[in-house]
Amino acid sequence: MYSAIVFLPLLGAAIAGLFGRLIGDRASQWVTTGLLLISAVLACVGFARVVLGGAPFDVEVMRWIVSGTFEVSWALRFDALSAVMCVVVTVVSGMVHAYSWGYMSHDKSIARFFSYLSLFTFFMLMLVTSNNFVQMFFGWEGVGLASYLLIGFWYDRPSANAAAIKAFLVNRVGDFGFALGILGTFMVFNAVAFDTVFAGVPGVAGKTVHFLGLSVEVMTLLCLLLFVGAMGKSAQLGLHTWLPDAMEGPTPVSALIHAATMVTAGVFMVCRLSPMFEYSQTALTVVTVVGALTAFFAATVGLVQNDIKRVIAYSTCSQLGYMFFAAGVSAYSAAMFHLTTHAFFKALLFLGAGSVIHAMSGEQDMRKMGGIWRKIPVTYTFMWIGSLALAGVPFFAGYFSKDLIIEAAFASKTGVGQFAFWMGTIAAALTAFYSWRLLFMTFHGESRADHDVLHHVHESPVSMTAPMALLAVGAVFSGVALAGLFTGEASSAFWGKAIYVAANHTALKDAHHVALWLKVLPIAVAFAGILAAWYMYIRKPNLPAAMAAEFSDVHSFLYNKWYFDELYDVLFVRPAKWLGRVLWQGGDGRIIDGFGPNGLAALTLDVARRAARLQSGYLYHYAFAMLIGVALFVSYYLFVR
Amino acid sequence: MNSWPLLSLTTFVPLIGAAFILMIRGEAEVVARNARNVALWTSLITLLLALAVWANFDPKSAAFQLEERAAWIPAFNISYHMGVDGISVFFVVLSAFLTPLCVLASWEAIKERVREYMIAFLVLETLMIGMFCALDIVLFYLFFEGVLIPMFLIIGIWGGPRRVYSAFKFFLYTLLGSVLMLVAILAIYFTADTTDIPALMKLALPREMQMWLWLAFFASFAVKVPMWPLHTWLPDAHVEAPTAGSVILAGVLLKMGGYGFLRFSLPMMPLASEFFAPLVFGLSIVAVIYTSLVALAQEDMKKLIAYSSVAHMGFVTIGIFTFNVQGIEGAIFQMLSHGIVSAALFLCVGVVYDRMHSRLIATYGGLVNRMPLYAFVFMVFMLGSVGMPGTSGFVGEMLVLVGAYQVSTWVAALAATGVVLGAAYMLWLYRRVVFGELDKPELKTILDLDRREIVIFVPLIVAVIWMGVYPSSFLDAIHVSVQNLVDNYQAAIKAAGAAKGHAALIGGVR
Repeated sequence: MYSAIVFLPLLGAAIAGLFGRLIGDRASQWVTTGLLLISAVLACVGFARVVLGGAPFDVEVMRWIVSGTFEVSWALRFDALSAVMCVVVTVVSGMVHAYSWGYMSHDKSIARFFSYLSLFTFFMLMLVTSNNFVQMFFGWEGVGLASYLLIGFWYDRPSANAAAIKAFLVNRVGDFGFALGILGTFMVFNAVAFDTVFAGVPGVAGKTVHFLGLSVEVMTLLCLLLFVGAMGKSAQLGLHTWLPDAMEGPTPVSALIHAATMVTAGVFMVCRLSPMFEYSQTALTVVTVVGALTAFFAATVGLVQNDIKRVIAYSTCSQLGYMFFAAGVSAYSAAMFHLTTHAFFKALLFLGAGSVIHAMSGEQDMRKMGGIWRKIPVTYTFMWIGSLALAGVPFFAGYFSKDLIIEAAFASKTGVGQFAFWMGTIAAALTAFYSWRLLFMTFHGESRADHDVLHHVHESPVSMTAPMALLAVGAVFSGVALAGLFTGEASSAFWGKAIYVAANHTALKDAHHVALWLKVLPIAVAFAGILAAWYMYIRKPNLPAAMAAEFSDVHSFLYNKWYFDELYDVLFVRPAKWLGRVLWQGGDGRIIDGFGPNGLAALTLDVARRAARLQSGYLYHYAFAMLIGVALFVSYYLFVR
Repeated sequence: MNSWPLLSLTTFVPLIGAAFILMIRGEAEVVARNARNVALWTSLITLLLALAVWANFDPKSAAFQLEERAAWIPAFNISYHMGVDGISVFFVVLSAFLTPLCVLASWEAIKERVREYMIAFLVLETLMIGMFCALDIVLFYLFFEGVLIPMFLIIGIWGGPRRVYSAFKFFLYTLLGSVLMLVAILAIYFTADTTDIPALMKLALPREMQMWLWLAFFASFAVKVPMWPLHTWLPDAHVEAPTAGSVILAGVLLKMGGYGFLRFSLPMMPLASEFFAPLVFGLSIVAVIYTSLVALAQEDMKKLIAYSSVAHMGFVTIGIFTFNVQGIEGAIFQMLSHGIVSAALFLCVGVVYDRMHSRLIATYGGLVNRMPLYAFVFMVFMLGSVGMPGTSGFVGEMLVLVGAYQVSTWVAALAATGVVLGAAYMLWLYRRVVFGELDKPELKTILDLDRREIVIFVPLIVAVIWMGVYPSSFLDAIHVSVQNLVDNYQAAIKAAGAAKGHAALIGGVR
């Protein structure tokens, strides 16, 4: 049964992908969605089993790579962490499959789309159920592939192709670190299975190894290398540039891959590897700082974007930052909690945005929206629910998880914890602001759409709103329902050995006992953010433009996303292309071939030509040469002898 | 089955087929058709024989198996000695696997001198398989050099417009290296008085001599691999060669270098191998990074894949000279994987070349609109080439990196950058050829894969996925021989170290 959770989506993907044209679009939809929903039900059963105290276990499928002591198997692990992830992945994926029936109904390659979605789900499940590093890497690269395929789904758009390649390559940079981390782990522990490695960690903690000529602490090195992979996949500051561009893909893809599941793989990885990270304070510090900076950075950029999907994309980036700094202060279960609630409300927001885009005939620019809330009330309601949950308004899902993270950061009592606390609080205000800016710009005020578009605005079909309704239930209730289990009294029994926290890392426990002002602060800033958005976009609608003009430097700095893309273009993309050309034409052409074969050939020809010139065929030339020869010969004998 | 001379059969059945084709007489049309059929059936029988070799191969033994020995030139103690071990057995299978696909790929593309073409391919197959089976150094040399001749003809006669330049460049480069190898073989013969490879492996040559021999062999193998900076013949040869020629060139001929290192350099010259390993690492890393960057700049599809071959073979040479189990097994696996993936990529180029007669990337774009099957096939092999886990490319690269990391983190880290760059040039190639809008008028009527092409690609796809998902079926058979190789290597290094220590001790006492 447990293998079925993972392999049913693969089966669906294979059927729809290979025989899609044979069986038709409708059958492909049925097969993929049906198999995925079965898998989701099974995942929920598996989750219930863990809640009821079932012991974790591994399912060995078969051997994979065996080379000397390097042994890897295909194996599935079912413990609390993977059970949670399985539910999140299959449920959101099931909803997205269902939603796509309506959303993609006008598309010309429906079977291919559903096949990719199911394929993605399979890889994601392989990632989260892995019991070793290499299979995790398999899932890791696999979701990257599915993401690449889905971002570039509309392959006739140059921008989609560019975004797809960018996503793949930036992730590869992260994977470069991940791969080196795996190699280093094998070098140190002579194993790549999680259990063996985790058992060996306490024994090597504090020792140093050599890496690229440096002498570094072994656990710090491994954790940081692995974390580079997490940064790539979860779009953390520095390796985040692919995520906003990934919005070129169809919106259901953004909801599934770039909000709810794949981008959270990095957070999952850090939690899964908590027995390693707990032994390196340096690595935890880095995780905290990177997470906090991302939370802040992405929120600032989100303030000024005009594309409805990009706002949500930056919001995702920012929320992932929260999860990372939660993990960085050893509040892994809070990170997993936020991961779960976030999956619901962020998928809801994306599907809602998709519904808006669907209604607006494909328009994504919020400057061309406005005043449509009466026409699409259902979508409007769901967007409100999603935003309330995202902003952490009391008793919605985000309130439980996000506030806990902020409190845990404060309670960690470390310098970086305080830094993360302030960054997180500021970002919370910004989050509320850009969420309501989005709501107001999209739904309220005067409509800025042209007449034709406005005329066509319509509510989405039930196949789209029903999955949203289910996610909305999650966005409202998942927080209150899961708080006790994930982070409360029952949590240590629930997580069991899946998450390890060192005894002196008590941030999460202390977070429950912080001062009242700390509990109130995140809520207060959230309301402040909402109020500010109301003031700027409803009360004084001319203010934003005036402010953008007044502080144009700041505005363009934010609008251009802190100029990361431009920087990378100058630093990496252009030099690589230039170098390739130079090495090819200069290195291969002029130097190697020039002095090598072509040079030699030219030299040979040259010598041959000179030699040929001597053989003129005139008798007197030869006679002359002979005479000179005789003369030299005779003189040699006369003078030397 | 043991009484059958299985290896000789596998080696020489293609030659018999070639002789058959030679005897075909009649009208040009009939001759061509019969030649194709005979070549196909012969190569399929050879494939069956090669599979029988695999089936009869005992993966638990490190010794040479299915051995055959007959006196050949007794005066010089040279014998006809054949046999395979875990290192060579899959190369036999690989050669026999690719040849029928090559015959099929040339089915319609080659219209002139079909008979001669098929003969060249069958002779080539005999020589390739013979080379991997030969256990006598003179026999090996004969096959090793012999391979050049049909390949030279295939490029020079059925190649593109600059075929003569390319054929000569190919020939001269490889011949230059081989001459030095011949000298080395003579030197070995005069020292050891035998040309039997298993006997030579047990020989402990003096350190000084190992150095010179190593360099002579290196000259030959490094050209074949090819290692930077001896690689420039490869892009030219690939570009001008007919599709099937590229397939064999990339699929099998490049592996002769890596195989040579494993068969000769490591076991016979362990001390020199250890001494020169940093040189190999250096050249390989340059190859990985340099050629990956060069591949980024290419405008010709075949050239791009040719440069990517150099980069991938850089991984192989790194793996071999790590001298540990993971590195060497990774190198062998990478060679097998590259043999299939790059061969398939050249076939992919061949598919569109047959239709449009252009290799330039700019000619294409948006092919997915008219050729969805082709897009899928190309995608699978592109992913194999970028080392996507689940395809064969990943296993080899990963094992090589695992091996390299144990030797030097620098080597592993720099080689791993090739993985990022590899993804860059392959994805970019794929995007420019397959994705995008189909707006070029001459492409509007292009046809998707026909049945013959599907038949060619299906076995290749199966192989790539199988090797990626269940590589144990290959690694298990490779393992014992590699372990043996590594053990012997380490014993030799240890013995030399002990001798040196001993000498130093004596020197100290005196």
